Amino acid sequence: MSIRTRVLAAAVAALLAGTAVPAAAKTFRFAFQGNYQVLDPYTLNETFTLGMHAAAYEGLTKRDKDLNIIPGLAERWEVLEPLRWRFHLRKGVKFHNGNPFTADDVVFSAQRVRANGSDLKTRLPADAEFVKVDDHTVDVVLKTPNPILHYEWDTWYIMDKEWAEANNAVNPTSASATTPSYAALNANGTGPFIVESHQPGVKTVWKPNPNWWGQKEHNLTEVIFTPIGNDATRVAALLSGEVDWIDPVPLQDIQRVNSNPNTQVLTGPELRTIFLGFDQRRDELKYSNVKGKNPFKDVRVREAFQKAIDLNLIKERVMRGASVPAGLLISPLLLPSGAAELFPPAKVDIDGAKKLLAEAGYPNGFEVTMDCPNDRYVNDEQICQAVVGMLARIGVKVNLNAQTKTRYFAKVLATGGYDTSFYLLGWTPGSFDSWNVLTNITGCRDDSGKGGPFNFGGYCNPKLDELSAKILVETDKAKRDALIVEAWKLERADVSHIPLHQQTLAWGVSKKAKVVQRADNQFLLYWVNKE
Amino acid sequence: MLAFIVRRALQALGVLFAVGLIAFAMFRFAGDPVNQMVGADTPPEERLAIREQLGLNDPVVLQFARYLAGALRFDFGISYQFRQPVAQLLSERMPATLELALCATLLALVFGILMGVYSALRRDSALAKLFQAISLIGVSLPTFLIGILLIYLFAVTLGWLPSNGRGETVRLGWWTTGLLTWSGLKALIMPSITLGLFQMTLIMRLVRAEMLEVLRTDYIRFARARGLRTRAIHFGHALKNTLVPVITIAGLQLGSVIAFAIITETVFQWPGMGLLFVQAVQNVDIPIMAAYLLLVGLIFVVINLVVDILYTVVDPRLRVTLRRPA
Amino acid sequence: MDEALSPVPASPKPVSWAGGFFDSDLWISFKRSKVTVIAAIITLLFFLLAIFAGLVAPQDPFDPAQLDLLNSRLPPIWQEGGQAPFVLGTDDQGRDIFSAIAYGLRISLIVGFLGVLFSAVLGIGLGLIAGYFGGVTDAVIMRIADVQLTFPAILIALLIDGVVKSVLGNQIDAWTILGVLVFSIGLSFWVQYARTVRGSVLVEKNKDYVAAARLIGLPAPVVMLRHVLPNVLGPVLVIATINLALAIITEATLSFLGSGMPPTMPSLGTLIRIGNDFLFSGEWWIVAFPGLALATLVLAINLLGDWLRDALNPRLR
Repeated sequence: MSIRTRVLAAAVAALLAGTAVPAAAKTFRFAFQGNYQVLDPYTLNETFTLGMHAAAYEGLTKRDKDLNIIPGLAERWEVLEPLRWRFHLRKGVKFHNGNPFTADDVVFSAQRVRANGSDLKTRLPADAEFVKVDDHTVDVVLKTPNPILHYEWDTWYIMDKEWAEANNAVNPTSASATTPSYAALNANGTGPFIVESHQPGVKTVWKPNPNWWGQKEHNLTEVIFTPIGNDATRVAALLSGEVDWIDPVPLQDIQRVNSNPNTQVLTGPELRTIFLGFDQRRDELKYSNVKGKNPFKDVRVREAFQKAIDLNLIKERVMRGASVPAGLLISPLLLPSGAAELFPPAKVDIDGAKKLLAEAGYPNGFEVTMDCPNDRYVNDEQICQAVVGMLARIGVKVNLNAQTKTRYFAKVLATGGYDTSFYLLGWTPGSFDSWNVLTNITGCRDDSGKGGPFNFGGYCNPKLDELSAKILVETDKAKRDALIVEAWKLERADVSHIPLHQQTLAWGVSKKAKVVQRADNQFLLYWVNKE
Repeated sequence: MLAFIVRRALQALGVLFAVGLIAFAMFRFAGDPVNQMVGADTPPEERLAIREQLGLNDPVVLQFARYLAGALRFDFGISYQFRQPVAQLLSERMPATLELALCATLLALVFGILMGVYSALRRDSALAKLFQAISLIGVSLPTFLIGILLIYLFAVTLGWLPSNGRGETVRLGWWTTGLLTWSGLKALIMPSITLGLFQMTLIMRLVRAEMLEVLRTDYIRFARARGLRTRAIHFGHALKNTLVPVITIAGLQLGSVIAFAIITETVFQWPGMGLLFVQAVQNVDIPIMAAYLLLVGLIFVVINLVVDILYTVVDPRLRVTLRRPA
Repeated sequence: MDEALSPVPASPKPVSWAGGFFDSDLWISFKRSKVTVIAAIITLLFFLLAIFAGLVAPQDPFDPAQLDLLNSRLPPIWQEGGQAPFVLGTDDQGRDIFSAIAYGLRISLIVGFLGVLFSAVLGIGLGLIAGYFGGVTDAVIMRIADVQLTFPAILIALLIDGVVKSVLGNQIDAWTILGVLVFSIGLSFWVQYARTVRGSVLVEKNKDYVAAARLIGLPAPVVMLRHVLPNVLGPVLVIATINLALAIITEATLSFLGSGMPPTMPSLGTLIRIGNDFLFSGEWWIVAFPGLALATLVLAINLLGDWLRDALNPRLR
């Protein structure tokens, strides 16, 4: 090696060292099946969107990698008396535009999130009053005690009052907006990333926030999001290295992604429970050959259905092992500790099922139509097909009506008149707590949906409602847990629904990237590291 | 002539009106948009209130009238999904679709004509048979499968071409183009082939058939008899006569290429109007659906109009026919 | 030549159509083309398979009680893990691929044939009327055609699907969907026939032989049916064959968008749509065999169409 080349090499090395090491471009690209539609953090209450908001926005609380509640913009909080909570806010925090974060912003955000057009109204009790004590202290005054007041505050993001007022964005970008909203296309939070550009439905770009108050846990210099709706294309983009993260990986492609040297699948239990429901409210089923009575009002029929469905077979064959058969309408991870063992998944028993059907007066089975979405949950349509086959074995002929989620929900929701006899649904309790399920899914309802709005079948047991009301206001944890177990025992004896499983999260990740998969399926950019 | 154009322009307006009305009648059955606009646990009364505010409970005719009143002022409403003006969303997406459609059509024309001419002139050669076989693939497999197979081969296995998106784009005024960057051009290849394959088959078959016909006409025989060189006959006379119907068909097809870009754009996540429309259908985004249909309708009507005028210019017999009805 | 059908000697294209399908010229040209003979045999085989699906298939794939999840995702019999009687393997529901192809073929052919028949009748009728009468009738029909063209087949299917479902109160039935598909595919393809027929009529109706027919006092419908129709039959048949293939593929595309046959009663297209998801996962047989079947069928039909076009065109004889 001549001196000249050596000098040259050294110069190149120095140049590389000088540019590459401190500011190595770490661009993280990722793709999700749906869009990141609107930047306004109060417009849509949906898991992926809420996770995306967390890049730019922050709440008073956060949840850590194991979903424990930790301080966010509030450094600490205390319950002064059952009806008054005090939140001490973090000092020295600035919004992306340089405005300081103060108690005024919290009070403003509390109003905005409950204003008309917000989809996150339930984050705060409607009658709770937010009182500014000083610039960095806020009191929350309640009308009724509420032990889980702050359970969902990690996704109630704090917005800048001044910014909102200056940009005519005081009201949330509502679903029924008739004028474009500034907050829908622009974000100004306190979070670790700044939205650099947002082209809805095409591309969103973030840059790290150099002035963020917290301890940085990522090493990214740029983040680019693109939606890819088509399953095969999304998987192809990961396999070819065009993106570093995709969600979801279709179950059948998990093996393929894992066998690729540069990619792997991260799986974990999800909190959503998939279950079947029956119309138990109408006196005659709308879609059945049984006339003059409703077979699903008979608990024996519901139990027969449960015994006919082989949860393990669904797990192995339909879900390719990527599901956890469920014994309850809520994930065991969200039950009081030790309670999960009390509710093992139901066992298959074809003869028992046939016997129960015969006892109920249907020795030859009957015919019923099943409503099923085909683009909402993992392999939803295939699950329904499997159920149809399994019920055929006990003589029940099920006509499957699998539709896109838009048509499905237009039919089965309250706004569609709960127009179904037998259906498949998935539910994640937003507060990670049993009460959410006991009121939304199994609470008695009237025809308009007052009571348990997502209890499509209208199952009703007043005793269960009583228990659920007690659970809501009980502040003693041990007593509350006991009540929850009691409620679930009652529900299980009634076979109000047939829980099938919790589906598995399946993220496809490049081996160059390290990400954190949380059980609530929120993908959080501030925990991403890339080689 | 002017009277004809005016009359056809008025008819075109009528067509657009009808498209809009049918579209609105259809939306009622597409599903309830509100369910896609709110989270899973939004209570029913909240959903009903949004329906009411959006005017979805009004009669279809009233909704349509309201929409028309806006459309006349070039206000096509706000997208339910993105809360952005639809006109803006569509104009952002239009360049992507137009570039794709033009590339696909160009591809189809060039290869279709070349293969068509060859297989007409050398009817029984092996290559002509091969062309026929290849061209038939374009019509014997569904577009989405062809697209996925291309992705599997060229993006996943070989790693030559990007599986999705438009690559880097350059902004020229309000137009964004992928034609000026290397990644943009690479991204254009597979979607263009997928979209153009069907048209290519069509054009190839058409050229072949027309050529065969023309080659048998008297004046070609006469040209041959006059001792003109074969090449001059084939390309100077035969092909020239073939091209008129081919260009007409290609022009007519341009509209349907834009419409059928829907599938290609979905498979390749091509950020054009078709993808926007598919997403709108999935989310019952009525303002986008309506504007898209009107736009595609407009494109069709314009193409039809141009073709009709050209016909009249070319064929005097038709001029008489078209003028007569008043 | 059939005297009753073509009494006017001035006709420039003496095409004998009704009943003349198997006259000697056609038959000779058919026998001469090996490719056409093979295509015809393949088409015939597919038709037989579709008609006798119940006899040759080991399983009724439309009967959920016959599907066993334990048999799901078996590879073809010549591969390791393959099992009799599932010669071509099974899909993710335990459906025998061979049986599914046979039954799916039946559905696809029904959709294709009825769809084409419907669109041809509609299109020819409207095209004849538009071209022959001209004037306001013509303008109205062709404007309707414009509106029609504006809606891609996919949209029409979605629309009709939605309307039917709301009328029938969501009581869904696979045969209803089939009817909807036939109807919507038919509705989306008629314009092509109408335009072709109208164009031909515009040219033909000024010719002497039509005028002559009129002069001898034949009423308008008869003139159209007997004299114009035979002259446009060639292109119409060619469009019809291509459209038969197209209809089958449109049905597949519709199922990609979620409006095709339901997976409990799959057509060939639905099978491909389902199998499409297994392209990367190594379970290639779920998409490959239905895809191969569809491609072969469509290819054969197209080849027959090509031959038919050449054979029917007297100038190419």
